[in-house]
Amino acid sequence: MASHAAPTAQSPPIPAGLSRDQLLEICRYLRLTRTLEERLTALYRQSRVVGGLFRSLGQEAESVGSAYALERGSHRDFMSPLTRNLGSMLVMGAAPIQILRQYLAKAESPTGGRDLNIHFGDLERGYLGQISHLGDMIPVMAGITLAFKLRREPRVGLVYIGDGGMSAGAFHEGINFAAARRVPLVVIGEYNHWAYSTPPRKQFAVEHLADRVKGYGIPAVSVDGNDVLAVYEATRFAVERARQGKGVHFIEVKTYRRKGHAEHDDQRYVPQNELEWWAKENDPIDRYVQRLLGSGWAEEQELKEIDERVRVEIDAAADACLDEPAPSPESALSHVYGDPPAAERLWFRSV
Amino acid sequence: MGEVTYLEALRQGLWEEMERDERVFILGEDVGAYGGAFKVTEGFAKRFGEERVIDTPISEAAIVGAAAGAAHMGMRPVAEMQFIDFISCAYDMLTNYVATARYRAGLPTPLVVRGPCGGYVRGGPFHSQNVEAAFFHTPGLKIVYPATARDAKGLVKSAIRDDDPVIYLEHKWLYRRIKERLPEGEEILTPIGAARVAREGKDLSVVTYGATLWKSLEAAEQLDKDGVSVEVLDLRTLLPLDDAAIMRSVKKTNKLLIVHEDTRTGGLAGEIAARVNEQAFEWLDGPIMRVTAHDVPLPYAPTLEDFVLPQTEDIVKAARWLANY
Repeated sequence: MASHAAPTAQSPPIPAGLSRDQLLEICRYLRLTRTLEERLTALYRQSRVVGGLFRSLGQEAESVGSAYALERGSHRDFMSPLTRNLGSMLVMGAAPIQILRQYLAKAESPTGGRDLNIHFGDLERGYLGQISHLGDMIPVMAGITLAFKLRREPRVGLVYIGDGGMSAGAFHEGINFAAARRVPLVVIGEYNHWAYSTPPRKQFAVEHLADRVKGYGIPAVSVDGNDVLAVYEATRFAVERARQGKGVHFIEVKTYRRKGHAEHDDQRYVPQNELEWWAKENDPIDRYVQRLLGSGWAEEQELKEIDERVRVEIDAAADACLDEPAPSPESALSHVYGDPPAAERLWFRSV
Repeated sequence: MGEVTYLEALRQGLWEEMERDERVFILGEDVGAYGGAFKVTEGFAKRFGEERVIDTPISEAAIVGAAAGAAHMGMRPVAEMQFIDFISCAYDMLTNYVATARYRAGLPTPLVVRGPCGGYVRGGPFHSQNVEAAFFHTPGLKIVYPATARDAKGLVKSAIRDDDPVIYLEHKWLYRRIKERLPEGEEILTPIGAARVAREGKDLSVVTYGATLWKSLEAAEQLDKDGVSVEVLDLRTLLPLDDAAIMRSVKKTNKLLIVHEDTRTGGLAGEIAARVNEQAFEWLDGPIMRVTAHDVPLPYAPTLEDFVLPQTEDIVKAARWLANY
C-alpha cells in the first residue's frame, strides 16, 4: 500500500508551471547524479578511477534545478558547468556511460582519454566542459551568447562559478563584458562554503556573492540552493528574461559542499557538526522527496521505481565500459590542430 | 593600383574577409568608431556596423575568451590587442583555453588574435614587445609574422580562414615604412606554414622574420659588395616552423645565421638551431650563430634602444665573421 496518495484536489498546486511528470523527471536527475557519484566512489576506492574524483554531494539540487530551466535539445540553450555540476550535465543529455568512461580514461570516452571527469562537451546538445582555470568559462560563455545575439538566435547561456572562482580576474572581466554587451547569459554563483580548504571569510569581505555582482549593473539574487524548485524557478525567470533581450542575470545559490575538494581530501578543516547538520537537516534530495510526498505530488512507490531504474541504468553503464580498452598511445599525437592532422613522432622512438 | 603600405595591406585583407564572410567580426579596444589605435580598422564600423566591429572594455582575457566562445559557435572572430604587449593579460585564456580546445574536447576555435608588436619605434618597455616566444611553446596555436605588405594581407586572410587559432603579429615599425605594389583583382592568400626565400645566395643563410627581414636584406646588400653571397629566408609563419625550407637553405649554403628582434634566451633562434643540428648537422661548415636583442627589457631612450636591438651593422659583422669561419 502506498503511504501517500496520488495528487488530489487537496494537494497544493505545483509551483513554477511544472507538470507532475516534470517533478518526477527532476527527481530522477537528482537520483541519477547521486547514484552515479556513489558508483564512481566505489570505483575510485577500487583504483579504477585514474585521476581524482570530485563529488557534488549536497549540491545536486542547484545543478539539476538550474539546468532544468533551459530549453534543451539540438542547438537550443547552452550550458557550461563546473566540476561539481554533474547534475547539470546529465540534465543536458550527457549519458552516465560517458561520465564513467571519462573517469576511467577509456578510449571511447568523449575526450578519448585526453581530459578528466566532466571536462567535455557537446556543441549540438549545448554543453561545454570547463577547464581547470576558474573564471575562464565566463568570458567564453559571454562569447557564445554574443554569437547568439549577433545572429538573432533566441538562445540563452547558463554558466556556473563558485565562491572561490569569483575571486579570479577572468570572472570579473567576463561578467562585465557580458553585462556591457547585454548578452543573454545567466550566471549561477555557487556559495558552497569551501574553495578547496578556504572558507568564504578568507575569500571575500561581503556576506553574499550577489552583493559583489550588483556593481556590474545586472540583477543579482540569492536563493536557497538546496531547494531544487526554488532554484528552478529563479533560473527559469532569469533565462526567459535573457531570452527577451534583457541581458545578464546573476543567481547566487546557497548550498554546502559535503565532501572534500576531491576524494583524497579528508576535510579535516571542516567542523564536524556543520557537516552533520547539512547532511541531516538540509540534504537537497531528502528535502525534495519529503516535499513531493508531503504535498501529494508523488507516491512513494513511484519514487522507489525511479531509484530502481536509476540503479539498473548505472549498473548497465558501468558493466558496459569497465573493461573497455585505454586509448592507444599513438592517438596522443592527433588533433592538436585541424591542420596538420598530427604532431610529429619524435626520432628517439624509432632508434 | 598604387603602392600600398603594410598597414593598408593588412586593412585590405581584413576588409575583404569581412565582405566575403559575414561570420567574420572584429572585437577589441577602440576598434569601432575610433578605428583602432593605429587606424587599422578605420571605416570598418561605418561599413560593417557596430555589431561586427565591437568596442570592448579593457579586458584582454574577456576579449580572447569571448572570441573563443563565438568561434565555437561558428563565427570567425578577429580580436585586436591594442598593443601586442597586452596579450600577456590573455595568456591564460590563449594557452590554457584556446590552444587546448581542439585537442582536449574537439572544439573548433577558428579565431585570430592580432596586434602591433616590435621595437625600433621608441615605444619603451610596454609598447615594443615581441611575444612570439611566449606562445611558440604552446601546441595548438599558430603564429604568423608578416614582413611584407603582400604577406600582411595574405596572412591575415589565411589566418581568418584557418580552422585553428592564429596569433597574427604585425610589426608597427613596418606599418607605414614598407610600400609594395599589390596586383589588382588577385586574391592574395599566403599559405600558413611556408617560409619564403627573400634573397637567393650561396655562402651563408640568414633565417629571420618581421622587421629584421629588412635589416637582413640591407646587410646582404652590403655584403654582396664584398663578394659575400647571403641567402635570406623570411619565415613568415613561426608556428609551425617550415623545417623543410630552413634545411633546404642550410644544405645549400652550409652556414646559418639566425636573426631575430626578440631577446636571445628562450628565443626562436635556439629552437631553429637545435632543429638544424638534428636534421642537417653534417651539412654545416660552421657554428650556428645568432643575432638577437640583448637580454634586457626594451628601454626607451634612442641610445639605449639602438644598442639593445639588433641593427643592420650587427648582422653585417656577424655574417662576415661566419662567412670567414
